Amino acid sequence: MSDVKSVLFVGVGGQGTILASKILTIGLIENGYDVKMSEVHGMSQRGGSVSTQVRFGEKVYSPIIGEGSADILISFEEMEAARYAKFLKKDGKMVVNKMQIPSLPILSGACSYPEGILEELQKRVPITIVDATKIATDLGNPKSANVVLLGSLIGSLGLHNIDWKAIIAKVVKPAFVDINLKAFDAGMAAV
Amino acid sequence: MKKLLSGDEAIARGLYEAGVSFASAYPGTPSTEILENVSTYDGMYSEWAPNEKVAMEAAIGASMSGVRSFAAMKMVGVNVAADPLFTFSYLGMNGGFAFVSADDPGMHSSQNEQDNRNYAKFAKIAMFEPSDSQECIDMTKEAYRVSEKYGVPMMIRMTTRVCHSKSLVEESDRVEVPAVPYKKQREKMDAVPAISKQRRYVVEEREQKLKEYAEECPFNVVEMHDTKIGIISAGSAYMYAKDALGDKASYLKLGFTYPLPMKKIKAFADSVDELYVVEELDPFMEEQIRQAGIPCHGKDVIPKIDELNPNIVAEGILKEKAEGFDVPDTLFVPRPPALCAGCPHRGFFYELGKRKDTVMIGDIGCYALGGAAPLNAKDLAVCMGSAFSVGHGFSHGFELSDQKKRVVGCMGDSTFFHTGINSLTEVAYNGSNTICVILDNRITGMTGHQENPGTGYNIKGEPATLIDIETVVKALGIKNVRTVNPLDLKVMKETLDWAYAIEDEPSVIITKWPCVLKKFSKEDKEEFDLDMTPCAVDTEVCIGCKKCLSTGCPALRFDNEAKKSGISETDCVGCTVCMQVCPVHAIYKKGDK
Repeated sequence: MSDVKSVLFVGVGGQGTILASKILTIGLIENGYDVKMSEVHGMSQRGGSVSTQVRFGEKVYSPIIGEGSADILISFEEMEAARYAKFLKKDGKMVVNKMQIPSLPILSGACSYPEGILEELQKRVPITIVDATKIATDLGNPKSANVVLLGSLIGSLGLHNIDWKAIIAKVVKPAFVDINLKAFDAGMAAV
Repeated sequence: MKKLLSGDEAIARGLYEAGVSFASAYPGTPSTEILENVSTYDGMYSEWAPNEKVAMEAAIGASMSGVRSFAAMKMVGVNVAADPLFTFSYLGMNGGFAFVSADDPGMHSSQNEQDNRNYAKFAKIAMFEPSDSQECIDMTKEAYRVSEKYGVPMMIRMTTRVCHSKSLVEESDRVEVPAVPYKKQREKMDAVPAISKQRRYVVEEREQKLKEYAEECPFNVVEMHDTKIGIISAGSAYMYAKDALGDKASYLKLGFTYPLPMKKIKAFADSVDELYVVEELDPFMEEQIRQAGIPCHGKDVIPKIDELNPNIVAEGILKEKAEGFDVPDTLFVPRPPALCAGCPHRGFFYELGKRKDTVMIGDIGCYALGGAAPLNAKDLAVCMGSAFSVGHGFSHGFELSDQKKRVVGCMGDSTFFHTGINSLTEVAYNGSNTICVILDNRITGMTGHQENPGTGYNIKGEPATLIDIETVVKALGIKNVRTVNPLDLKVMKETLDWAYAIEDEPSVIITKWPCVLKKFSKEDKEEFDLDMTPCAVDTEVCIGCKKCLSTGCPALRFDNEAKKSGISETDCVGCTVCMQVCPVHAIYKKGDK
């Protein structure tokens, strides 16, 4: 199944990974790809670590992948990038949001947020680091950080020939179309 | 135009297209979205039942009355519903009947990893196992045809990856199915020994006929490629095998998996060099295939624990191991789920966790998270609705063995209505000094906010009879009952003191405050002061004692350099638990200073 590409979205519950993966899948379907998307609900929503897998190609069988199998990992948070890095192929790449969200054991002082995550990962794999929250805040709404990251992901995947902006305009609420289109462009430019 | 649907959404679509009229369920991950989606279609009645047994029974009644009916539940829910299911297998039906068992290999959000395919064999019913969303639609429709043709209850067995994976489907129109008018047929429907003895033969004859159907079933398909390896598989496991082996193997892909098409399996086995049964969890098919005298590989190469994926299948059969990056595990620390900022359960667990010589019994729901550090307010949990009855046994056990400990059991409002009422009946009727706490957050929380008998609304959000928990508790004969706001720590502490002081009778504490993530109802807004103004830390006053962090609230931060606490303004909803805990009054509600 060599033509099938696997994208792994990871982050922390509530970061908007679902919307970003939804826009990606709509674009892929409209352009004739077979697509499968898998997410886990339930416990993980309560501030835990979350992942969504999107696979696309001529014909996709499994909705999920094992270790060493993702073409690209897009992480909305730094530590989550490290947690899921083992799922990347040896020649895979990463897009990582420059964002640290402390988990409960860190908040309660049981341990501290690991240092030098991105530097360590960079020794092993090509990483595009995007300061999505800052970019989105500068554009006027920190909540569009997920669309900034989507733009960077699309840029990294090289899927420029799909009309993503038309899809974003359809998916997000009318009041937020403008800001999200700008966010998408900025994310794409950051690659 | 093809649509991308999850397996759960596709089951709802399949029910609609199949002309199903009645659907009932109790929420449970990963099955919950089935009924949520059914409720959005016109022409189908849908409801949240108080538990899975009731959902199953209601669907049985609807089937007997003459309409196509349906029930959905997670795998442990089938344990609750097993009693009516096993006997319904003997009885006659009118409208077709199917239910979904949503299994959870890997235990993403379940308390055990049971393989419910065993139920199909055990209850002598028939089973479909879809592997993607299109099959969820198609097999659901076929399930009703088979159910009516053979008079058999149908199980549609799904797993987390089928329920929650989205794939493309083609939708078609609903076909209305005329109801079969009910007429009394006691000889087929009254489960008394004399009649069941007769029906017992009908069940065995039916199973023989279903074996013949299995041979012809359009969902049991042979795909021949290279014949060195032959794979028999079903559900998601088939997808993993197909991904891992592609055209390097031939496949017998089974959609109808009980009873098995043994002639087809034998013929397939004869056409390949080595036969592998690739299935998640138990050797359900493998054991039956071996018993039929067909040699095969199975659990010798495919693990029986945890969910599978393409890598695991490739490693088991081809001995090829995919390798990822070697990332030092010092680069990440755990990120466990936690009670949300503003969760009303936090106040209760904060006060309970401080008690000594107490056994704390939890139950199934968000409050399962009360056991984690720093709250540490749980010893154990078993299953839905068990906290009070397990607590009752503990109390007696301690008394019989002269151990001086108190027992506190807790469960949520939906769990209380599920089977907690029975649990509390035991405590009331047989008597023990178990302290029973009902954490009433006005909604079914963990599964994503479904209405329940205590909320005053039904699945469609329409007003429904509100069953008041305190009234129920008192009606059971519990004399010591208090309803409190769990976010008021002083009240919470005093109420626990009150309950601990009652040494010879049961007591019930109802902590009543709406889930912070809930869409508040008109009644919630009238009854509760839902001021969401966030709290903040006055860093001049903060002494860096970290007392606030002992509440385990994810909105709190601690600056290790400045040695001061902080509160994330975007996460905090102003519940004030940390404010009440702070010994130097450094925390205040924004706007108050």
